Amino acid sequence: MDIIACVKHVPETAEAEINIDKSGKRIETEDLVFDINEWDDYALEEAVLLREKLGGSVVAVTVGTEEADSTLRKCLARGADRAIRLTDKAFEGSDGYATAKILHGVVKDLPYDLILAGALAGDDGYSQVGVTLAELLGIPHATMVKKIEPTGDNLRVNRELEGGLQEIVEVKLPALLTIQTGINEPRYVSIMGIRKAKKKEIKVLSLRDLDLEEDHVGESGSWMTVKRMFMPPVEKEAEILEGSPDEVASKISDILKARGLI
Amino acid sequence: MAELFVLTEHRQGEIRDVSFEMLTKGRELAKKTNTDLTAVLLGHDVENHAKRLADQVEKVLLIDDERLENFNSEAYQRVLSNLVTQRKPSLILIGHTAFGVDLAPSLATGLNLPLATDCVDLDFEEEGLAVIRQVYGGKVNVKARLRRSECYIVTVRPATFEAQEIEPLRGEIIEIESPLSEDIGYKRFIEYVEPPAGEVDVTAADILVGIGRGIKEEDNIPLVKELADALGGVLACSRPIVDKEWLQTDRQVGTSGKTVKPKLYIAIGISGAFQHVTGMKNSDLIIAINKDPKAPIFRVADYGVVDDLFKVVPVLKNKIHEAKE
Repeated sequence: MDIIACVKHVPETAEAEINIDKSGKRIETEDLVFDINEWDDYALEEAVLLREKLGGSVVAVTVGTEEADSTLRKCLARGADRAIRLTDKAFEGSDGYATAKILHGVVKDLPYDLILAGALAGDDGYSQVGVTLAELLGIPHATMVKKIEPTGDNLRVNRELEGGLQEIVEVKLPALLTIQTGINEPRYVSIMGIRKAKKKEIKVLSLRDLDLEEDHVGESGSWMTVKRMFMPPVEKEAEILEGSPDEVASKISDILKARGLI
Repeated sequence: MAELFVLTEHRQGEIRDVSFEMLTKGRELAKKTNTDLTAVLLGHDVENHAKRLADQVEKVLLIDDERLENFNSEAYQRVLSNLVTQRKPSLILIGHTAFGVDLAPSLATGLNLPLATDCVDLDFEEEGLAVIRQVYGGKVNVKARLRRSECYIVTVRPATFEAQEIEPLRGEIIEIESPLSEDIGYKRFIEYVEPPAGEVDVTAADILVGIGRGIKEEDNIPLVKELADALGGVLACSRPIVDKEWLQTDRQVGTSGKTVKPKLYIAIGISGAFQHVTGMKNSDLIIAINKDPKAPIFRVADYGVVDDLFKVVPVLKNKIHEAKE
């Protein structure tokens, strides 16, 4: 099975403090650590697992700057056979729709049976690029996938719904699936893997290589343009308990006592 | 009169809450733009849903087809594309749910209509439709504008707008013939899989101590478990803990897990992404411990501690033991 995994290089922000930069449209990224988007990490692992079971190939594709090479190297070390980076000044400011068009520019000419992408990106959180790409390619899709079972010409997949409920759907190949976290356990990269990955080539393509016009991508090719970024308004501000751990713990204990909780 | 569509989400015989939340927001926007609020209902044998919706809107567009019995993005896309081309609504609201994310991007792409996903607010402004979205796990908001269009598609984050009861409207139910003529070729619904019964019921606990990514290692979990035990409470968690299989799914609180309303919820090392917050924000008392002062969890907590959880939790456990003596 030939599989394309779409991945994104994103800042890790779950545990970091975020500040808006001077442009007012982006966050400051100097102090942030970048890595493969968490959902894409599971998608890449799933691609490699399927190839190990069924044979074929895994190609990792990203839209990003040269810095995204570290994410692609990680994919190669994990078991991707090849990597492609789509880089062009014209891509800047692309929303989910324009990003899908850029990916479509390269994917349409690659052989594939299956395309995997993360269900969500931890930075802009669109949950849009994968399904848009599927529609541009004219292939079926299923989102938020927690289990994949190949059944000949079809895939039987479990989609995660709300409240722990799942649904099983069958999609015809070739298809695109967006992967939910927890579907597998992304493997640790071995030293051997890293060494081998260094020898693998990362192919870099730009706008000209993709049959795309400049106004198909970036802000002009997007449906949505960011006007400004701001800190979310505070609806209910927590009373911050100040002091040493000991003082803070005493304050919490007092609050709980006053409420009859202990 | 122009129409504003709200796509009804229903599953296993129930209209889902997000549908009523969208109707509330849709009503406000329809009033402002002088358009008819129109509920779009696709399904099979869903007369009862149609009647319930008719109390809330001017028009219900009902498309009944056995191929629409369970949600199927392919079937929905065909029917809706047809409907949108014929009736040219000014806006289509769809829930940003497992149902909506499977449908909206392909619907928008196929119709070439601008789409904004996971919006927490939206409004028609002079230059076109403006939306508010949350990015970076809810730590920052973005105001964005959509390319000017006759029709927009927006997916709305669940539990963002409050569904309001109104005086019954007795709107018109308009049955529209299903345009589906053949079997759905590429995608087939097989069945639902109910979550397995777990060992604990977090929805029944009075005191929950929730852990998130900040716990760092599986080996650190007993530290918090001891605090939960001291309080006579139950250990709960956010999604990353279950993804790593450190705790079972029955302890997961949030959109894809349980919705809880205990007397006390202590959130430890949980940043507060909406997927988690949706499941616990109605707790009576919320105390959050997180080292990031801007963590979104502090926007729902009553009390906050900005510090290293590994310093605070052991001391807190001892204090609780002392207080109980």
